[in-house]
Amino acid sequence: MPSASDDSERCPGCWLASTAASDDDQLSVHGLKMAYGDFVVMRDLEFAIKRGDIFIIMGGSGCGKSTLMRHMIGLKRPAQGRVLIDGQSLWEAQRAEREDLLRRVGVMYQGGALWSSLTLAENIALPLEQFTDLSSATIREVAAYKLALVGLAGFEDYYPAEISGGMQKRAGVARAMALDPEILFFDEPSAGLDPVSARRLDDLILELRDSLGTTMVVITHELASLLRIGTNAVFLDVETRTQIAQGPPQALLEQCRHPRVQAFLTRGAAGETAD
Amino acid sequence: MPPSAASLAIERHDEALVLRLAGRWRLAEHPPGAGAVVAALADGPPVPRVTFDTTGITGWDTALAVFLWGVQKATAERGIALDADGLPDGARRLLDLAGAVPAAQDAGKKEARRTGLVTRVGEATLRIWQTLLGALAFLGETALAFVAFLGGRARYRKTDLWLVLQDVGPRALPIVTLISFLVGVILAFVGAIQLSRFGAQIFIADLVGLAMVREMGPMMAAIIMSGRTGAAFAARISTMQVNQEVDALKTLGISPIEFLVLPRILALVIMMPLLTLYADLVGIAGGMAVSISLFGLTFTQYWNETLVALSLQQFAIGLVKAVVFGALIALAGCYQGIKTSGSASAVGTAATSAVVVAIVAIVVADGLFAVALNALGI
Repeated sequence: MPSASDDSERCPGCWLASTAASDDDQLSVHGLKMAYGDFVVMRDLEFAIKRGDIFIIMGGSGCGKSTLMRHMIGLKRPAQGRVLIDGQSLWEAQRAEREDLLRRVGVMYQGGALWSSLTLAENIALPLEQFTDLSSATIREVAAYKLALVGLAGFEDYYPAEISGGMQKRAGVARAMALDPEILFFDEPSAGLDPVSARRLDDLILELRDSLGTTMVVITHELASLLRIGTNAVFLDVETRTQIAQGPPQALLEQCRHPRVQAFLTRGAAGETAD
Repeated sequence: MPPSAASLAIERHDEALVLRLAGRWRLAEHPPGAGAVVAALADGPPVPRVTFDTTGITGWDTALAVFLWGVQKATAERGIALDADGLPDGARRLLDLAGAVPAAQDAGKKEARRTGLVTRVGEATLRIWQTLLGALAFLGETALAFVAFLGGRARYRKTDLWLVLQDVGPRALPIVTLISFLVGVILAFVGAIQLSRFGAQIFIADLVGLAMVREMGPMMAAIIMSGRTGAAFAARISTMQVNQEVDALKTLGISPIEFLVLPRILALVIMMPLLTLYADLVGIAGGMAVSISLFGLTFTQYWNETLVALSLQQFAIGLVKAVVFGALIALAGCYQGIKTSGSASAVGTAATSAVVVAIVAIVVADGLFAVALNALGI
């Protein structure tokens, strides 16, 4: 649990979710400290994500949201603390176990991160070829279907460089879903998208959660988006280098009295008067 | 069939085709595809709609969704209604989602792939012509950039020039030392086998000295630099091209040729003669080491014979070659980098082409030098 000295920074009213472990937790973070060498990015992170949640990681630019995601998807080892997926510790597991855990996770990277030398269909087919025993015809069909799910039917044979940035993002979602993951991560899904496309991507996230029951973790500072889709959230504060609020975004907006959280959730309007 | 495996039963009624799905419809269980349904729709008398009974399903994932999607496409093609009421809630939503955006009409792209021989030959010819024009335009722009440079008007950062100079000069010394020394050693051995049969070992010095200074010094330095530096230029500039860094320069009104290509050509043109001179000396040292240790020559003998064999003119020939080779390597690397467009794989292609083009250009230029020097009698 966070140390007592930090409690003064927190708004007691917005500590809305219980951090106690429960069976419903799909993914949880305990006492996480993230650092690059001696530079501590964040410490004392403590939160749990329940099955079917759309969990928002929010905070100002450069506060370490993406770094936190890298810790949760197995790309960066914590300086301290644990990340649990389905109750199993990601970083204390053996390499093979960790790879098994990570296969339950799909990630949509900020720029799509599609493999540029492969077509869209091949991008989705690659994980299926590597980790399933499906026939190539079935794989081709599944790839076409996943592309249709994100509204890219007919684009199977296009290379990533041949489609627009928004389409690359959606193709990135399709690839992230290739192995039917239980948890999907979205790194800045609406960045660089027009409002209509951004909203459509939000709809897609909601639709996928509702139909597949996938747990979603979304990194964003897009207010409209996070207030609309988020069912729970954690707020990372760059000044104190830890989380200062936790709970459903809408509830944080209405109840949290911490000036920096309020400033964030009201685009600075509340912060000007509070500071 | 075990009861848990996915199963599909197709029942034909007058008013509908009923699909009874049961078991675990998961990819790992290899459930049936939509092919059977498509066949049933195509055969028999037409049915007005297709309905589902999925009460027997014990679990599902993408496999069910893909199956339903296939059925949906088949019914849509034939104008048959699809009654999704019998489906699990999530599967119905997924079906709606997949059908929400109609398939893109990418006919243009597919058509381009199916073309006749004449068209392909014609297109290839046009492509070669365009490549030639592109290369000429690049050469022209580079020449203009040099004019601007000589007039003091070129826009580039002096620090960039120093950094490239450092990279193509001092940092290349270890590899040049190793290769040149070994080339000297090899030349000495090749000569010694023949010459020692006539007791003429002393001429090893002539052989190694002339071969290094006129041919092998500049040639080996150039080949090392095209692999080491030409490829690096191409990779660096093409990455900048892919990341739109080159576009950012252009919109600022800075010529990428002046800013990126000019310093690199200058650096190689300045450094190649120095590297070549160094390679010459190290190669001669290699020949000397073999001659003294294995073929009974003394240091003084070898030294004096080398001095007799070599003239300043021989060195000059090697150094002129080095300047030309340096320019060719830099031009090949930078051109391949600048003309890149697209993605990460293009960066690899650019680096490969840079090395291949540079080595071909070096060998061709060396051949031209041989003919020209022969005609001039030097």
